[in-house]
Amino acid sequence: MGIEVPSFCYYPGLSLQGACRMCVVKIEKMPKLQTACTTTVTEGMIVATDSDEVRQARKAMVELLLGNHPLDCPVCDAGGECELQDMTFSYGAAESKYMEAKNHKEEQQWSPVVYFDRPRCILCYRCVRVCGEGMDVWALGVQNRGVSSIIAPNESDHLDCEECGMCIDICPVGALTSGAYRYKTRPWEMNHVGTICTHCGDGCKTTLGVRRCDTGAEIVRGDNRDKSGINNDFLCVKGRYAFDFAHHKERLTEPLVRKNGKLTPATWEEAFELIGKRLREVRDQDGGSAIGVIGSNRTTNEENYLLSKFARSVLKTNNVDHHRTADYPALAAALHGKPGKTASMRDVLNAPAILLIGNDPTNQHPLLAWQIRTNVRLRRAKLYVINAAPIKLRRQAAGFALVPAGAETKAVAFLAGDDSMLDQFVSETVTREAWLALREKIRGEQNMVIAFGSELRGHDIEALVNFASSLTGAKLISLGDYANSRGASEMGLYPDLLPGYEPVASADKFQKEWDSLPAETGLSLPQMAEAAKAGKLKALYVVGSNPIGRLGIDPFVFSKSFVVVQDMFLTETANIADVVLPAANAYEKTGTYTNTCGDLQLVKKAGEVSNTKPDFEMIVRIADAMGSDVSGLVPFGSGTHSDMGQTRGAQSGEADRHAVWLEAHNLEPKMTPFDPMAILDEIQRVVSGYDVSRVNLLAGNDQHLEIAESGASSIQPPELIVPAHDDLFSSGTLGRYSKTLNSVFENKTAVPEVAAD
Amino acid sequence: MATLVSHPDEARVISKRFGQGATDIERYLQLDGYKAVQKALAMQPDDIINEVKNSGLRGRGGAGFSTGMKWSFVPKQSAKPKYVLCNGDESEPGTCKDRLIFEHDPHGVIEGAMIAALAVGSHTAYIYIRGEYRYLSVIMQKAIKDAYAKGFLGKNIFGSGYDLDVYWHGGAGAYEVGEESALMESLEGKRGIPRIRPPFPAVVGLWGGPTVINNAETLAAVPHIILGGADWYAKLGTPKNGGTRMFCLAGHLNKPGVYELPMGYNLKKMIYEVGGGIPNGRSLKAVVPGGSSTPILLPEEIDIPMDFDSVAKAGSMLGSGGVVVLDDTTCIVKFALRTIKFYQHESCGWCIPCREGTDWLKKTLTRFHAGAGVTKDIDNIYYLAENMLGKTFCPLGDAAAMPTMAFVKKFRKEFEDHLDGKPCPFEKTGTAVPVMA
Repeated sequence: MGIEVPSFCYYPGLSLQGACRMCVVKIEKMPKLQTACTTTVTEGMIVATDSDEVRQARKAMVELLLGNHPLDCPVCDAGGECELQDMTFSYGAAESKYMEAKNHKEEQQWSPVVYFDRPRCILCYRCVRVCGEGMDVWALGVQNRGVSSIIAPNESDHLDCEECGMCIDICPVGALTSGAYRYKTRPWEMNHVGTICTHCGDGCKTTLGVRRCDTGAEIVRGDNRDKSGINNDFLCVKGRYAFDFAHHKERLTEPLVRKNGKLTPATWEEAFELIGKRLREVRDQDGGSAIGVIGSNRTTNEENYLLSKFARSVLKTNNVDHHRTADYPALAAALHGKPGKTASMRDVLNAPAILLIGNDPTNQHPLLAWQIRTNVRLRRAKLYVINAAPIKLRRQAAGFALVPAGAETKAVAFLAGDDSMLDQFVSETVTREAWLALREKIRGEQNMVIAFGSELRGHDIEALVNFASSLTGAKLISLGDYANSRGASEMGLYPDLLPGYEPVASADKFQKEWDSLPAETGLSLPQMAEAAKAGKLKALYVVGSNPIGRLGIDPFVFSKSFVVVQDMFLTETANIADVVLPAANAYEKTGTYTNTCGDLQLVKKAGEVSNTKPDFEMIVRIADAMGSDVSGLVPFGSGTHSDMGQTRGAQSGEADRHAVWLEAHNLEPKMTPFDPMAILDEIQRVVSGYDVSRVNLLAGNDQHLEIAESGASSIQPPELIVPAHDDLFSSGTLGRYSKTLNSVFENKTAVPEVAAD
Repeated sequence: MATLVSHPDEARVISKRFGQGATDIERYLQLDGYKAVQKALAMQPDDIINEVKNSGLRGRGGAGFSTGMKWSFVPKQSAKPKYVLCNGDESEPGTCKDRLIFEHDPHGVIEGAMIAALAVGSHTAYIYIRGEYRYLSVIMQKAIKDAYAKGFLGKNIFGSGYDLDVYWHGGAGAYEVGEESALMESLEGKRGIPRIRPPFPAVVGLWGGPTVINNAETLAAVPHIILGGADWYAKLGTPKNGGTRMFCLAGHLNKPGVYELPMGYNLKKMIYEVGGGIPNGRSLKAVVPGGSSTPILLPEEIDIPMDFDSVAKAGSMLGSGGVVVLDDTTCIVKFALRTIKFYQHESCGWCIPCREGTDWLKKTLTRFHAGAGVTKDIDNIYYLAENMLGKTFCPLGDAAAMPTMAFVKKFRKEFEDHLDGKPCPFEKTGTAVPVMA
């Protein structure tokens, strides 16, 4: 209704406190003011949310708080973003009523990222609740009583927790501050860019606070002040702090070319010329099949699509692959032509029941875990967990079944009615009866979300889909690692699949779109290594991937191949390259990501490190250096004249009208071949399921894609899937370069305890 | 052991067995002990509740709510166990009646809790004893043990087929836990912080079960009501204020002590006759009628019957029966400071107005009494209290605010006498206020 009732302690989704007394209102027929937060509205109730009495009560609360609150706003991190400042602004309380000294206590550091300043604390208990109720970590509590009350960490003087920083984010004042951000800037000196986190596959929206610096634009802070994302309030330690790899001292900021066996700094022109010349030579002399292309799980959909197109249409090779962490093609194959069978991340928050098979979302999919916990807590959803380990989410589960490692697939068969494996499942903790009862309960659930980890692959997923189809309204989520694994998969980074899971063998659509394509299926990543060992793979083009470091591929097999690597750091893979191009990361470019549920979201440029380039631009420059027609690769200017950026003025009437139309639709004229939005046009036109509303997308909204419209897809060899096994404090190769992730003690290897003396 | 006092005007009901060795279960049985509960076992639960309702018994903790009414709110059917709680966390300065009851008649409390349990259909009762009353928990422990040994507690009590367990539990030293929902938190092993209401304890109480929670004095009165009948008990007092009350007379009196007097006994008479008047020929300055949280009364305001409604009409509260008498050597500013020191120390800290308000009142009054007060402090003290009143999470904030407002309103002149660096006018003549040292 647009009526503001102020509060400090009330927070949506967390338990009621009635502690701050700011939300007092006057209710007719009640002698005292009542707290709005704890009063249930009843028929005929007449409530005054604003009156002299109510305003005076609120003003008095602010006065009382300010009595002990240090007025160090000019140096406080929360200055400008402080709810106590806002309340003071709203209710006055400008007069100092007290003469005595304020109560003081020294500031405490609880972890590398969490500082606590008791004098600033107004004891709203939001931090205690978000940590306990929201995160199920329970690392914060209240000690002492009365005016000596103090928020305290679980390990007397420090925190042992998930370091998610939710307590800092939810703090209405500057009592809890971030070790990564404190005293760096004032909030109004930053630009705030809402983009998508580049770490796990959940696709949280993170708002990056960006400031100009001498090497471009520095990301100073990550938070979720924009609660419009699929994550609402939530961010984990990676989303909040692990943007700092961008300014790691080992970040590459100039192209390197191998000269006399040594990687040596070179100009961009020199590097592109060399790459263009060599790749053209290999293609023209040995054929495209002598070139391998490896894409990334963290580059944008536009880059992945472009890479797929570039490989096939320019390099003339189907030897395209990426580090696979989940079997999305199998899901596409199983759901081909069966619409409405996948769940979005938002669906998890509202589903009446959730079945989780495999995976450990608390560590690998923190947002999914948050959604599940919140749903169970606030909407009493039923959670069923089938796992080979006693994962933490079992604490929310209505049913938990421990299975032997690797037996998740058998559990699916059991759910579907095959009792032959039941005896193997029976254990001390889960009896035969318990298994049968669990199956009955699961089978009785309607509109359930079934999330499964990479433990299920290939035909197992088909079996699960069949089981799910036997239930009413069940929807699936396949859990893969890294921010755009699903996107990499859907943009066709496979030797036998084109974008939208179109098999290479039946690619009429793409034959037409992309001109002539190589007809035969290409090589998978291990097959490329084999081919290189046999001397058949003459060139390898790696975009934002580290197969040698992550997949254990022998670096010496590529000693005779011409290797080009685009990356931020000198990874194990970049180390063996002939040319290394310094790449921009996902926080430094624009495009789209598809999260593991299939939710498409806009990635916006926030930071900038000078002399690095987005992978998109580098792919285009390499194509250009190979002498290929760039406008065929990126359809820039293929629309109207104004898209070309050359007719404004000359045909001003038409161009301006078009510009007005573009602006009204929040569209940009595509004036350069480096504009990823030009490829997004093509993706939306060509890749099945991606023709969602562009306006919605550009407005920052997530849109769930329909995988059922995809091509027939194919069943992949299951051994090609290598899960990342990241936890909260690691993130593939990238995690190594995050100072913050490496600073929290929970990330340190446990030192064996040695008895004193 | 506290020395017992007596006065001819007393109507001894609860204190009937005081000084007669009733802590011993055999002696208690000789003195009609456990007869009431056996009578109650033969009654229908609704009849027990009606009997208590008709007796006019009102909660002796301070709020004065009809006990029978409270019991009738407990649902007959409940999926969760129902509980009876005896609130023995007596901590209100000036109040020391439950202490005597526990000391002299522990079985009376147990029996009262048993009858309450029968009335609401509960099979578990807890007797919560203030943490500082450690020696009383020893007495209570023994009493419970003896009752079990006799088969009065446990399975099949008195061969009736009814199971009933009674436990004792000690507090950890927090005034706040005298608030019923905070007491339940404490009993559950959590910090003693009050709960949001509704739901009220009768519906969702201890461990989520329907709970009856009564003051120790209230429960101790119940066996006498069952044995003597509602009419007899009601007629001891005044209409709407049935029975007797344990009045704790303290302060500047010749004969301080706990006296059991009929409800509605005149306050002036209580001070000058029962309490023996003001010692050393001094004159009366003021009276705190019902524990330190009740607004102070001037000498001209004390010719009133001591029942819940009459004292409320006089602008104060009957409260917990702690009558504190102050003579003309008392510094009201110092008395206010003592009072606020207590509430500042005991504030649980949960809500802003109580946590911060009591602290600023303490700081301001400390400085003010020390002679560094300024004129605007007087208004500010009143303003602080006024803005706490009715805005705190639980009544503790009101308990600090109400007397403070009365001090400033009724003794403004005395506050003004402390201004301009003048020493406290009572510094030389004043005697230590004996209650809240």
